[in-house]
Formats: sequence, structure tokens, C-alpha cells
Amino acid sequence: MLTLEGLVFRAGAYALSADLALAPGRRVAVIGPSGAGKSTLLDLIAGFRRPERGRILWLGQDITGAPPDRRPVAMLFQENNLFPHLDLRRNLGLALRPDGGRLRRGEDIAVEEALARVGLDGMAERRPGALSGGQQSRAALARVLLQARPIIALDEPFAALGPALKAEMLDLVRDVAGELGALVLLVSHDPQDARRFAEEVVLVAEGAAQAPVATETLFADPPEALRAYLGG
Amino acid sequence: MKATIFAAGLLSASAALAETPVLTVYAGDSIVSEWGPGPRIEEMFEAQCNCDLQFKPGDLLPRLLLEGDRTEADIVFGLNTDVTRKARESGLFAPHNVDLSPLTLPIAWEDEIFLPYNYGHTAFIYNTERLPEPPASFDALLEAPDDLKIVIQDPRSSVSGLATVLWMQAVYGDKAEEAWEKLAPKILTVTKGWSESYGLFTDGEADMVMSYTTSPAYHIIAEGDRSKKAAIFPEGHYFMVELAAKVASTDQPELADQFMAFLLSEPFQEMIATGNWSIPAALPREKWPEGFQELELPEKVLFYSEDEAAALRDEAIEAWRRALSR
Amino acid sequence: MAPRIVALTAAGQGVALIVAPRVVALIAALAVAGLTLGPVGAVLLRAGGWGALGPGDGQALRFTLVQALLSAGVSVALAMPVARGLARRRFPGRGALVALMGAPFILPVIVAVLGLIAVFGQNGLVNGALRALGLPEMTIYGIHGVVLAHVFFNLPLAVRLLLQGWLAIPAERFRLAASLGLTRGALFRVLELPMLLRIAPGAFAVIFVICLSSFAVALTLGGGPKATTVELAIYQAVRFDFDLGRAALLSVIQLALALSAGLVALKLGAGSGFGAGLDRGVTRWDGQGVWARSADALWIVLAALFLLAPLLMVGLRGLTGLVLLGPGTWIAAGHSVSVALVSTALCILWALPLATRRGELLGLAGIALSPLVLGTGLFLIVRPFANPFALALPVTALVNALVSLPFALRILRPEAEAVRADYRRLAQALGLTPLAWLRLVLLPRLRRPLGFAAGLTAALSMGDLGVIALFADPDRATLPLQVYRLMGSYQMAAAAGAALLLLILSFGAFWMFDRGGRVNADT
Repeated sequence: MLTLEGLVFRAGAYALSADLALAPGRRVAVIGPSGAGKSTLLDLIAGFRRPERGRILWLGQDITGAPPDRRPVAMLFQENNLFPHLDLRRNLGLALRPDGGRLRRGEDIAVEEALARVGLDGMAERRPGALSGGQQSRAALARVLLQARPIIALDEPFAALGPALKAEMLDLVRDVAGELGALVLLVSHDPQDARRFAEEVVLVAEGAAQAPVATETLFADPPEALRAYLGG
Repeated sequence: MKATIFAAGLLSASAALAETPVLTVYAGDSIVSEWGPGPRIEEMFEAQCNCDLQFKPGDLLPRLLLEGDRTEADIVFGLNTDVTRKARESGLFAPHNVDLSPLTLPIAWEDEIFLPYNYGHTAFIYNTERLPEPPASFDALLEAPDDLKIVIQDPRSSVSGLATVLWMQAVYGDKAEEAWEKLAPKILTVTKGWSESYGLFTDGEADMVMSYTTSPAYHIIAEGDRSKKAAIFPEGHYFMVELAAKVASTDQPELADQFMAFLLSEPFQEMIATGNWSIPAALPREKWPEGFQELELPEKVLFYSEDEAAALRDEAIEAWRRALSR
Repeated sequence: MAPRIVALTAAGQGVALIVAPRVVALIAALAVAGLTLGPVGAVLLRAGGWGALGPGDGQALRFTLVQALLSAGVSVALAMPVARGLARRRFPGRGALVALMGAPFILPVIVAVLGLIAVFGQNGLVNGALRALGLPEMTIYGIHGVVLAHVFFNLPLAVRLLLQGWLAIPAERFRLAASLGLTRGALFRVLELPMLLRIAPGAFAVIFVICLSSFAVALTLGGGPKATTVELAIYQAVRFDFDLGRAALLSVIQLALALSAGLVALKLGAGSGFGAGLDRGVTRWDGQGVWARSADALWIVLAALFLLAPLLMVGLRGLTGLVLLGPGTWIAAGHSVSVALVSTALCILWALPLATRRGELLGLAGIALSPLVLGTGLFLIVRPFANPFALALPVTALVNALVSLPFALRILRPEAEAVRADYRRLAQALGLTPLAWLRLVLLPRLRRPLGFAAGLTAALSMGDLGVIALFADPDRATLPLQVYRLMGSYQMAAAAGAALLLLILSFGAFWMFDRGGRVNADT
């Protein structure tokens, strides 16, 4: 389980609290009004921000103080997920060799396979600037595949893509996560994403991240905060 | 095994060094350059001393004062009279023990520490093609129309600049500040050192430049150009001499003495005229190189002893600063 | 589960990525502080205490401030229209012009002054033209001459810094502005003004500090003791009066002035960057009207004339002198080249960890400290351990690196901060090692500014006389020293030749590094 235990984060007047648990392998959507703290929640889990109080546990192990790369989390940001001056092989290779060293033979093949898996075979020599937006997202996802972490955190990485492309990417995330058996946290401001993709939903509103609720249940009878957000 | 070979090598190297003693001479930058007299001095002295003469260029006195008696210098070559007092007070120098009777300076010289090897006088240099009728006296220069432009050096950063200020002081005494005020409109600019001024003059920026009576000799001998002349003033010209001295803490006292004596020898004196573009300190005029014999030199030579100069210096510079700041 | 646990514990470089750079930055900062404060301390210790200010020091301080403010202000103000013109125009030879216009900054002072006088002096081109037209002549001597010369030296730097700022505005922003149909005024307020407010104070501060320690320029063109600067007073104190206490006091005053200027600039220049954007050439849709085009053209032509005419004169004067150069000059040129290369490597190594706000402020100390006090202090420090003669070239290289540091930092810092802002999280998430971050991310992302900074450092080191006066070695003269030696021996023509050689070498070094940073940097 990924357990957030009495977690409190504060920055000036802004505060976010969370007290919840997420099961491995689940697909969870994090939704809520803009500015409520969806990205902050992901940053706390991924280690880019430190909580004022509380603990974060993964499989019973305390990771509250661990630096980002010692956490079981692979993350995709809103932008800058690839280094624009490196080709895809090197970009992906960094997941395997964080010291930037030469890829060994097996690793080389793993990179090719990851690219093929996301439909980018033969594009290892390209740089991100030479790819379309959808292709860049796929490449980033291929790197997540290589990182093989048990938690995948997605901070609206597909916001700039069209609806059809976004749906395609979410399907790909589902497949990749399924293969890794990973817990997926998807931040989205689109309820459709949650319905289509997530088994559970964490609602972030009014300074708190609420415990996960099954997607169907939630949308069948939305609580007050969600209703306000949905505008219904 | 290796260590023994190394030690043996060290021994033989130091033995070789011991065979040719090194005489270290601190000298000004222009002396040491390939265009200065340094290379020829080295060649001439090494031919007679069976030693290795090494020039070390740079700031002479500041450096020596910083180093104190731990200096490696044996000789300091190229001091000016404006620093001799400070140098003497430091106690870092030893008497030169050279017979001063061969000196042919226009003034009496009896200093037992600082030995002159060449000299000149302050003078305004002009170009006869541009200024056919230069001012005939210092007074005439002060009264000249303001479109006559001259370049001088800053007395706070240059030896010749300081000599200029003392020259003015020697000619006008208490009236020096007024004299500077009269000269001020004609001063195109003041430069940090002699080189910048002379560069401006040869580029045609100014009609006259503060330099030395010996400057025309360079143009005559090296360029065959007789158009550069020193304006000789009846009020007199300030004496500028270059000096050498033996460092008291030298570890080569005999060699140092030999070098000091060499400075007044005829071969050195014949060489230094064209080597340093100055008048030899111990050579009668008829033995000067041809171009030097043509030089127009002042009849009256002005000079302050180092004590007089030290007493006057700060006020003379201040008078200059005040007059030119108005 | 097993592989996941492995994944949990295998990495762990995130900490190193934060800690290692801090340690390196601290070492670099201590080195700068030690190299500036150490010498002052040594001089002070030797002097046995502070000295008293002399007569005229107050006036010198006032003049120093006024001329530095004017010079920095005029340089930055003039650089704005010129940099804007260059940023939004494309014409054949633009790249070469931008590079050439940078040359004055790297010229040795005396060469540049003689070049300026050949154009603006009594006998110069401008007065020749005025005479021919029957107009009254101008004189370059006076405070306006000092400012003119400082603008000549520093306008190129200001233009380059601002141009960099303009090019750093992502093309996407201009596209957005174009699609919104922003007016010229609105575009300026929305895009260009914020950039200028961010870049200009830093450029102003660097130039102000350079002009603070100006000496030969102020003296030669200032026309007399009215134009006395603090640096001259320091020179007098060290070389003539041997009053080290007074020299230390004056140099600390100068240092304090420079650091205050730096602080103010940092305060004013705070603000966010423009985000990463994609590395594409900036295409602009604004400023296509006839007026805008002519105004840009006029500014570019005027700046080019102002900066290139004196260079041309240096070239013409030196051409005949080139054949007069003896072997000593060529050897000196060799020394200068090697010193420049070492200085450049050292300066870049130094600048990378210090490319932060505090680092930049600290770096200013390098040019603010009087070279004479720096040299004297180093001499006092080195002397008990080694022979200063033998250390002439290494010390020169070290000091050149220190003196170039503020420029390297000014160039590198904004872009280094942008790289950190954009990619630090990704690197942390991946657990990149510090070395991999440096090698794969920071250096490649900084290629363009690194090339520029390295070129500038190389050229500055080539032309700087630095502290060599106390650390001189007859067999290891550098080229600028050789120029002075030649002039001091009446060899004016050969000196002009050596100066031209120096110009060619400085510019060559600058061009090579700068070019190296730009080749293929667009993809």
C-alpha cells in the first residue's frame, strides 16, 4: 500500500492535508478544482516537496525523507519530460544509467524494445524537437516503462494533446502500468479522463485530499465538493 | 638505486651551477626588452666575468622593499633620483666603491651608493615641419597662444612626469602654480607614462611632448630623421639620471663590484648611448656616437638633491594638481 | 516484489545531485573570496594598518563615481536600440558583424585609446572631416572623452548581453504576440520591457564596476588631474609613495563601491525567466514597417561605424609594423596564447558552480579589486613559498581568470538558472549523478553562453596586462607587455604591429570559442 499518514503540507496561507491509502496496481485519478493541490499531492509523493507533518509509507517502509530517485515513483511532468538536446536513446538510457554512462548490450536492447512498445520503433536517433507532441509523450512513457517503478505519477502530461490522442495515450498508460503491475496516479481536470481511465478517484478540494472512492460510486452520487467542481 | 642516481644528478647539477655563479640584476622593463640595452649588457659582461648574468624585470624599488633583505637581487639597475632617498633609508644597498673621477655629468656627483651610468634632461620635443618656430624659452612657452598643444605625463604615475613638476619648480619657484595655470590651456592631455605621450606626439596629436633632450638622437640614428628637436630654454633644464646600486645582501659581492665598475668602463659607456638612448655618464662628448654629438643640449642644468626634492615634491605635485584642476 | 525493492535502494543519487554542487560551489566561492580578500589582507598586514587618504582623494573618488555612472548608463542605453535592431533583422554578414562589434571589449587599453584618437583626436578622421566642411573641431580630451572611450569598450558587451536576452525570449511568445495583433507599445511592455528590466541592471553593474577601476583611459583622455580616478591614487600609493596602508584603504573603498553596485543591480534584476521554449531560431513578426526597419538599420550602421572605425585605424597603423616584429614578439605571442587558454579553462571551471545570484555578486570582487593591490598582495603571499619570477605566467593566468569571472558569470547565470528551473526535477526523478547532470544536461544546454563566455575570457586574458609588473620574467613576457616595452623603446611602428597582432589573436580566440558554442546549437 501507498499510505499517506496524517500528512500536512503548508506553504504560506496554503495548506493541504491527506490521510489515505492506495493499493498497489490500482489506477487512481486525482481530480479537483484548479489550485486545490493536485500537483502538490503528487510532488509530496514523488519527493519534490516535504510535508510539515505526517509520514508517507510504501509497503510499510517509511519514504517520507527519501530523495526523489530513492522513491518507488516514476513521474511525468506537465512539460520538460525529455532533454531536448539528447536523442531518444540517450533520454531513455538515463533511466537505466543515471550516471550517463554507455549503455550495455542488454540495456541497449531494452531501450529499443521500450520504444517499440510505445510505437516509436526506429526513432532512437531522433531528438524530441523532431517529434510530434504525441510522439514526445510516447517517448516519455517509454522511459517510465524502463524505470519500472511500482508507482507512476502523471501530472497532466497529456493536457496539450487532442481528445483522441489523449485517449490513446491513456490506453497506453493503462497497458504499460498493467505490464508493470504499477499503481498509477493521474492528475486531471477532466472528469472524462477519470471515468475512462481510473478505477478509483481521489478528490482534492478545500485543502484536503480525500480517501479514494470507486469511480462509478463517486460519479453516481457526487459529494458536494465534486458537484461544485463539475458545475452540476 | 633510483634515489642514488637522482642524488648524483643533483650533485653534479649543483656542481655545474657552482662553476658559473649567477649575478641577478633587477632592471626596468624597457632595459630588458630585446630593443633595450639588456641583451647587449648581458653579452658584454658575461664575456669578462665567467658568470651568468640574469636580468629580472619589473617594478624595482616597490619589489625590493617588499622582499627586504631576503631578495635574490645582487644589483638594481635603472633607479631614478626621485626614489634614492627612500632606497637609501631602507638600508638595503651597499656602497659601490667605484672611482667617480671619470664621470662627465653636468653636475657634481659624489654619491657613494648610487652610481650614474647615463643621463639626459627634461625637454619639450617638437617636429620642425609642424612647428618651425618653437617657443624660445619657458616664458615664451607659457605665453604662447593656446592652440599650441602639448602632452605631458602625470607626476603621480611617471618618472618623467615628476621631473617635469620639479623642473617647473626649479624655474619658477613660488610662482610654479601660476606658471602651471598659464600652461594649462595648452595641455592637450596628461598621460600615465612616457610611452603614451610619445605615441600621441608621433601620431601628430600634439605640437610638443614632454620628453628628454636625448629623444632626437633616436630619430637621427635609427630613422635618419632630423625633424624631431628638443626646444632648449635659457631658464635651464632638469637633470635626469639613471642609477645602479649594489644590494647589501648580495651573495656575489665580488661579481657585483665587478659589474658596478664595468658600468663606467669605456665599452659599456660607448654602448649605452644607443642602447638606452641616453647620454653616457662617463664619456667625453667627442666619444659620443655621431647622432648624439648633433644634439642641442642646455647650458644651464637644474637639479635638486634628493633631500631638497623630497621636501619640495608633495607641494610641487599639489600645485600642479590645483592649477590643472581649475 | 523483489525487483521493486531493488529499484528502491539501487539509486540514491538525488542527494548527491543537491549536495555535490553545493560543495563545489562553496569551494569556488572560497577561492574567489580568498583570492580577493587574501591579498588585501596581506597588503594591510604588511602596512601595519590602514593609511590616511591623501589630498585630492575625495575629488578622485567623486570623479571615479561620476564617470563610471555615466559610462555604464550611456553604454546600456545605446545598447538597447542596437541590440533590438540586431535581434529582429536578418541580413547577410549579420553574424560576422555581431562578432566583429565585440572586438573593442577585448582590446588592450593602450591600443584602443590610440585607435580612438586616430578617429576622434585632434588629427583624427572626424576632425579632418569637420575641417574640410569648415565646421568647428571637436576635442576628445575631457570627461566626455573618458565616457566615449568607456562606451567604446563596453557597448559591445552591453549589446551582446541584451542581444542574448532578446534571443532568449522564446519564439512562441512572439508568435502569440503576433496572433494577438499587439501594438508596438504593447509588445514592448509585455515582452521586451520585462526582459530589459531583468538583463539591463546586471549589464549596468558589470560595466559600472569595470569603469570604477579604469586608470589609463581616464588619465589619457581625461585631459589632466581633474580626471583622476581612485585607481591612479592606488598606483601612486604603491609605486611612488610605497604607502601600502593607503593603497589598502583605497582598494577597499573601491571594492565596497563595486559590491554595492552589484547588490543594487541584483535587487533590480530579480525576476523570472521565460521558461524553456523549444530551441528554434526566433522568427519575428513585429517591426516590419518602414520606420522600424530604417530605425534599426540606422542604429546598426551607427554602432558599427563607431566601433569599427577605430579598429580599422588600429589595423592600418599596425600593418606596416607587422614586418618589424622580432622573434621576442612572436615568443611573447605564444605565451599570451597559452596563458589565455589556461585562464579560459580555469575561469569556466570556476564560473559553472558560481552561476547563481550570490555567486555573481561575489564574482564582481574580481574586477573591483585594484589589480595593483591584487598583484602586491599575491606577491607578499607567494613570496615565502616560491620565487615570484618563476610563477609569472601561472599567476597571470590565475588573475586573468579571476578578472574575467564576472563576465563569464553575467553570461552564464541567467541560462544556468533557466536550465536548473526546467530540468532539475526531471534529473532528480531520474537520479542523475552530478557528473551526468554536468556532462549530459548542464554543459550541452549551456553551449552557446559557454562559448561566448570562453571566447570573452580568452580574449580578455590575451589583452590584459594584469599583475605582471611584480611577477615579471624576462623570458616570459606576454604580448601586451611587449607592446609597452616596444613603445618604451621608441619602437612606435613595431608597437603598432604588435598591437595589431594582439588584436588578431584576441579576436581569433574570441571568434573560435564563440563560434564553437554556436555551431549546431540550434538543433
